[in-house]
Amino acid sequence: MGSIRFENAGKVYGDAKTGFRALDGVSLEIFEKEFVAIVGPSGCGKTTCLRMVAGFESVSSGKVLVNDKAVTAPGADRAVVFQQFALFPWKTVRQNIEFGLRNKGIAKSERDHLVANALKLMTLESHGDAYPHQLSGGMQQRVAIARAYVLDPSVLLMDEPFGALDAQTRVVMQEELVRLARVNPRTVLFITHGVEEAVYLADRVAIMTRRPGTIKEVIDVKSIRTKENWDSYEKIEDVMDLESFVHLRTRIWKSLREEKIAAAT
Amino acid sequence: MQPRLSFVETVVYGFIGVAAFLGIWYVLPTTGLVSPQFLPGPVTVAERVVVLTTQPFAGATLPAHIAYSFTRFISGFLLAALIGIPLGLVMGWFRIVDEVVAPLFDGLRFIAPIAWVPFAALWFGTGVGGPILIIFAGAFPPCVINAYRGAKQVDPQLIEAAEMLGTGHLRMMTEILLPASVPSIVAGLRVAAGLGWQSLVGAELIVASTGVGFMMVQAQANVATSTVMSGMVAIGVVGLIIDMLLRRGEAAIRRRRGMAE
Repeated sequence: MGSIRFENAGKVYGDAKTGFRALDGVSLEIFEKEFVAIVGPSGCGKTTCLRMVAGFESVSSGKVLVNDKAVTAPGADRAVVFQQFALFPWKTVRQNIEFGLRNKGIAKSERDHLVANALKLMTLESHGDAYPHQLSGGMQQRVAIARAYVLDPSVLLMDEPFGALDAQTRVVMQEELVRLARVNPRTVLFITHGVEEAVYLADRVAIMTRRPGTIKEVIDVKSIRTKENWDSYEKIEDVMDLESFVHLRTRIWKSLREEKIAAAT
Repeated sequence: MQPRLSFVETVVYGFIGVAAFLGIWYVLPTTGLVSPQFLPGPVTVAERVVVLTTQPFAGATLPAHIAYSFTRFISGFLLAALIGIPLGLVMGWFRIVDEVVAPLFDGLRFIAPIAWVPFAALWFGTGVGGPILIIFAGAFPPCVINAYRGAKQVDPQLIEAAEMLGTGHLRMMTEILLPASVPSIVAGLRVAAGLGWQSLVGAELIVASTGVGFMMVQAQANVATSTVMSGMVAIGVVGLIIDMLLRRGEAAIRRRRGMAE
């Protein structure tokens, strides 16, 4: 379980004819255990795509389906990692991670076990009793990822999750996410404006047009990643030096730049 | 912006204000500008306060009257908080409840606590229910309004985070809206306590047979001005202590949240 399908999905704010057209006929399928990144110029509606899957926003036309069912409301089967972390400041790290499990009605002993695993997975063992404001941004985002992962959601939605982090922390988190994806593959929809990040992390990269956004093209990264054996490199910078990586990155850059230029003129 | 004052400066300036006030109060009756019978000096009032701690007036000593008043205050205040805060949160979460309750509440809010006195007198006479009803009338609106505002001002992303974690309505209110609204609620409690305490003494002037307000009205009948003023001093000091305690609570909560004070 864990597929996402956009079927000609559109989003208009306000009146259907005169309102603000954010998205226009987005069609994209994300298969089970696949990691898809959406990149696009600012304001193209990529975050709106994610918010429709999460159930935070309704679809104005077309459909958004998760596991072949139309999305109607937010739910724990679609865990979200927000750019600004969105941790509950009055709950400790442990309580933040545990909260969704309690909502699911999971027994205390089982919860303790799952939370301990999640803390270990994100190397947060020694911070279980800390409050979010006592942690660095990178640490807070680890907590947010743990909070999402612990629910064993069928899809994981990440909205520029590393956008609020400094460059060094971001690199560590990107490597961490690749490690996680290897240990525990998931269906992931990842929104970013970082092309390198998208190529490094995703199996496929979907490029969006300027507003009203639609999918311009989808680029396959996985076949090249497998062929060139990117996963054998431990460090992100080694992968980023590879000719195959540079080639893909440049291709996506050019495609994006066309949109940015078109949007500016 | 004016520069921030150090603790010592704050104390010194505060002291200057109090000293000036006491000075004028002292000078007026001693120089004969105002008859000491109408305005006893601070020393006379202080002496009277001391006497009243042991010697009963209007059926009880001053501390006993304060205790009566305070018990009523706490009852009415807690009742207002226990009903008002949940109501405010429910109104903040369920649009429909907001729509139903808001017009009624807004209307009732304009009936000043003291305007409840005749009604309370009819219902309870001088029984304990009267003052409690009046304190409740004073303390209830700030409890509701601040819980409501707090709930409305929760970071929408925290609500979204809770929603995607599968949070139900009840838990949304108790574990998300309530803690997120605590700073607003505590600010509301401070206002509620102030209004409640002020209303109480007004109520006791009429619908009670004990308490600081009752003592004052009895003293007025005896033209015992120093006793009337002892009551005023007691009201001021107790009110100040209540506010100080709530302010401390507020600061402690803010510190725990890592918020600026």
